[in-house]
Amino acid sequence: MPNLDEIDLKIMRATQAGLPLTARPYHTVAEQLELSAAEVIERMRRMQELGVIRRIGAVPNHYQLGYRFNGMTVWNVPDEQVDALGQKIGRLDFVSHCYRRPRHLPLWPYNLFAMVHGKSQEAVDRQIERIAEILGDDNLGSEVLYSTRILKKTGFRSR
Amino acid sequence: MDEIDRRIINALQTGFPISERPYLEAAQALGLSERELLERLETLLQEQTLSRFGPLYDAEAMGGALTLAAMRVPEERFEEVAGIVNGFQEVAHNYARRHTLNMWFVLATETPEQLRDTLDEIERRTGLTVYDMPKITEYFVGLKLEA
Repeated sequence: MPNLDEIDLKIMRATQAGLPLTARPYHTVAEQLELSAAEVIERMRRMQELGVIRRIGAVPNHYQLGYRFNGMTVWNVPDEQVDALGQKIGRLDFVSHCYRRPRHLPLWPYNLFAMVHGKSQEAVDRQIERIAEILGDDNLGSEVLYSTRILKKTGFRSR
Repeated sequence: MDEIDRRIINALQTGFPISERPYLEAAQALGLSERELLERLETLLQEQTLSRFGPLYDAEAMGGALTLAAMRVPEERFEEVAGIVNGFQEVAHNYARRHTLNMWFVLATETPEQLRDTLDEIERRTGLTVYDMPKITEYFVGLKLEA
């Protein structure tokens, strides 16, 4: 973990739900925390350099933008190939998350996860075919898990 | 949502500046006034076209822990188990999915130990196995959605 102190964490807590919609938002945060604006700006720039802040900007609501179809695609690929393949799949512009995760045999043989998003079922079906093409012979089996219901969605505290 | 809103959403998903007048800089790049950009962002947030505007922190980089977990819940117990799982404040998202593993949830805690304890507690209170699937490697996170 990078060297973050209590002041960084305070800035994180004050901004994770959103940046103030004021002309000088970092000053607004600084006032709330009784810090100088220069310090807030400097610390946030550092957190961005460290990757603690992944990005700053608009986080659209998928559903509101018409991306109503999403599928969690899971693939069984050889462990020796998973990194190279994961990087290729992660580069596809319709993939929002791509991770290697552990298998749980025999129930769960899949080690590569890619979440895909589209505005229609047909679009998602084409995306899945595209992934299968890229994996080729390294695709030892796959499934697509569609969500049927959101049971809880509170958003992360810190993400 | 009109054409200007679309341009705002498409342009501002990344790269918002950390500076004195960031909205002014972003507005100028879009050919808008600072005031108009602020007003439109406020409306987009109110309408929930945007779920948030601001920094996206990496929970793990902050020392926190995150995992994806799945359970195989008997249909007749689904609502009861969903109630138990959702009752944990560490559970950020929970989805029903069409599969033998029919419940998938994300846990976020401040420390890795809390994560382990929460998974154990969910197993104890539901009497069901929790399949923990933490990420081993991240290849990509983030998506630019065309508005």
